[in-house]
Amino acid sequence: MKSQSVIEINNLSYRYEKDTVLENINVTVPFRSFLAIVGPNGSGKSTLLKLILGLLKPQKGEIRLFGQEINKFKDWQQIGYVSQKANSFNTGFPATVFEVVSSGLTKKLGLFRFFKKEHTLKVHEALEAVGMRKFTNRNIGELSGGQQQRVFIARALVSEPELLILDEPTVGVDAENVNSFYHMLADLNKQRGITLLLVTHDIGTISDKVTHVACLNKHLHFHGETSEFEKHQSEGMSEFYGTDVHLLSHQHDHGGVLK
Amino acid sequence: MIQGIFQYEFLQNAFLTGILIGFLAPLLGVFIVVRRLSLIADALSHVTLAGIAASLLLEKYFVVLSGLNPLYLGMVFSVGGSLFIEKLRGVYKHYQELAIPIILSGGIGLGVIFISLADGFNTDLYSYLFGSVSAVSRTDLWVIFAISIVVIVTVILLYKELFLLSFDEEHAKASGIAAKSIHFIFIIMVALVIAASMRIVGIMLVSSLMTLPVAASIRIAKGFKQTIFLSIIFGEIAVLGGLFSSYYLDLAPGGTIVMIAVAILVFTIIYKKLMIKSQVSQGGAAG
Repeated sequence: MKSQSVIEINNLSYRYEKDTVLENINVTVPFRSFLAIVGPNGSGKSTLLKLILGLLKPQKGEIRLFGQEINKFKDWQQIGYVSQKANSFNTGFPATVFEVVSSGLTKKLGLFRFFKKEHTLKVHEALEAVGMRKFTNRNIGELSGGQQQRVFIARALVSEPELLILDEPTVGVDAENVNSFYHMLADLNKQRGITLLLVTHDIGTISDKVTHVACLNKHLHFHGETSEFEKHQSEGMSEFYGTDVHLLSHQHDHGGVLK
Repeated sequence: MIQGIFQYEFLQNAFLTGILIGFLAPLLGVFIVVRRLSLIADALSHVTLAGIAASLLLEKYFVVLSGLNPLYLGMVFSVGGSLFIEKLRGVYKHYQELAIPIILSGGIGLGVIFISLADGFNTDLYSYLFGSVSAVSRTDLWVIFAISIVVIVTVILLYKELFLLSFDEEHAKASGIAAKSIHFIFIIMVALVIAASMRIVGIMLVSSLMTLPVAASIRIAKGFKQTIFLSIIFGEIAVLGGLFSSYYLDLAPGGTIVMIAVAILVFTIIYKKLMIKSQVSQGGAAG
């Protein structure tokens, strides 16, 4: 039986030596939601992602993935990850878009297994999903930053994850393409039912595309549906960064409007 | 010379070995170049030199060892050097390239000491430094043939992992690929191929056979598989062309092979320039 939420974090704290980076974090990411975690530099965003990805061990509190305690969680194939570093790769690398996306199947296929026709179809499907199908045979270095980022998302999608985690995905994307980029993500969420978790410091463009927003600055200052967030935003960012509200109401369908 | 190949065993050895090397060196070279490890080939070839010098030295002092093929000790040193490089890369996490000059100078230092102990240069050593058509024995050929089989099978079996590791090491590790073990297997293959190549191209020039054909193919190839394919074609042209012309013109084969590889590289750079120009002018005419 599927649990109610993809990620559930309870009372999570994390510190590097003396610095407490995360304190008493509580988040619930429902299935098929699109959550943006927004926060300034040094707010603990990357640490939180590393904890969720199992690269760091929680010191206090618990993380549950797909209803299972993270230490016992084995099914990492369910989680696709697009790192911030994806756009600092060697742009002169002689690989086609097809080759890059198929490399996303490496782990799923396993050692000594070869690529087959059905995998080719999956690669094409993943490229279709990010609107990059017509670039299949281009060299990755010939594409723009935004296009490359889409290819990396396709690489994460090709192994058909339930949850896709993106770390600052718009860093290499031109300002005029950011909107259509978020639109593509929203489509992945709505049409393909993929749960998305996105970490960013840029709040303006994103708020109308996501279903849930959380603001992070050591504490998780807000966690709720987008409409709720916008209400708070109008009351002024500073106020909401300063206060300690924890709104954890997720009984509503993410498409619905919270009043 | 075609006649000669049928007549003389040493020519057969040289050509068959050349064909194998012309395939192996660029094949591994592609992964080396895209991972920006080009200088590792240089470092390992110098370590191989130390191994060969050690072998020649032993041969001189111990009559029992006079039949010992220097290739074996060269390989041992080369593989040992590759393991040492990995160790050093771990020690100097933030200065990983430091491992290369350390191993390179260590190898040459050791080699020079062995050479001086063995009373300096002789023709045998010269042929190892710059390659020779006549020095390849039948045993060499068989050893290199065995290495070829192992390397080709390994690359085919680990192709997806090697590709991912080369393209995006971070992602490879994050997705749970045994990155360390695969890198380890890879570096040992490189060490073996370097030791195998030195008979033909010579120690000083081995690394060029791993990098020059790749440098040429990367300019014009589309995708990774095509880069590998073209690199091998260029490698074979350089090796076979080099062996033929060195035989007829009585030149050192290593140097000739490298110069042909350089010529191919220059040609591809010019070709690419012309392609871009014609695209631009076509685009201009259309617009």
